[in-house]
Amino acid sequence: MTADLLQQTIWLAAVLFAIGFIGLMVRRNMLFMLLSLELMLNAAALLFICGGAVWGQADGQVMFIIVLTVAGAEVAVGLGLLIQLQRRCKSLDIDRLSKMGETE
Amino acid sequence: MIQSLFYLTAAIALFSALSVICSRHAVRALLWLVLTQLAVALLFFLLGAPFAAALEVLVYAGAILVLFIFVIMMLNLGRSTLEQERQWFPLSSLFMPTLLCGVLLVELLYALDYSSGQDSQYVAPKALGISLFGPYLLVVELCSMLLLSGLIGAWHLTRPYLHPRQGANGMLPAADLRAKVQKEPWL
Repeated sequence: MTADLLQQTIWLAAVLFAIGFIGLMVRRNMLFMLLSLELMLNAAALLFICGGAVWGQADGQVMFIIVLTVAGAEVAVGLGLLIQLQRRCKSLDIDRLSKMGETE
Repeated sequence: MIQSLFYLTAAIALFSALSVICSRHAVRALLWLVLTQLAVALLFFLLGAPFAAALEVLVYAGAILVLFIFVIMMLNLGRSTLEQERQWFPLSSLFMPTLLCGVLLVELLYALDYSSGQDSQYVAPKALGISLFGPYLLVVELCSMLLLSGLIGAWHLTRPYLHPRQGANGMLPAADLRAKVQKEPWL
């Protein structure tokens, strides 16, 4: 792997992560926030694979498999929370949850 | 050659990632996210990790996003009709993703053709398996615990939980909630 390719991959991962982060901050729909989280996890996985390719070792791919596992668990719990949100508030707007502490 | 393939794939990944956070309909955003992950998988392939690329397509785009689609379809069960689906998902919205997906396929064929000659940084799946069951054995066990906790969490969170005194904003009154927790502490 050339130094150019390494630098470009790192930049690409950073920009992908930034796009996911902006989506997480800007969108108030919980489904889109979960999708943005997926984007950010993808960027992290890309960086791990890039690091593994630089050294020619399998450790990067091991870390990618761990990221995959984390994404699976996160999606399961996140979608459960999403279903509860839809059930209780009849909406996916996450700002509705700021009423949680109020009593009627 | 690798460089130009990399640029094209990176451009597709960035464009589809931007489309994910800018699209208004959930199903279209999911379609763009699938395309992002296909592009990232091709990047993995170009970086010399074909097994990771296959996992990305199979597990990420194939399993995790299908979970999202299931939930979206479930949430819309009450009011969705065929007409609404048609309005959400016209054929014209499929054009761009399909086109970019075709570009990715052509790139993959080129990359396969190119990389058969020289594999400078190729990390074989065998090395991955050996390190997974050698130095990383504890991590594999921790991952299985994590998946188990995710399973239990998802099962617990999605249990049907309806109460007759739910207020207008859908929340239980705090006193009721406290009484319910005292009566049924496992909830």
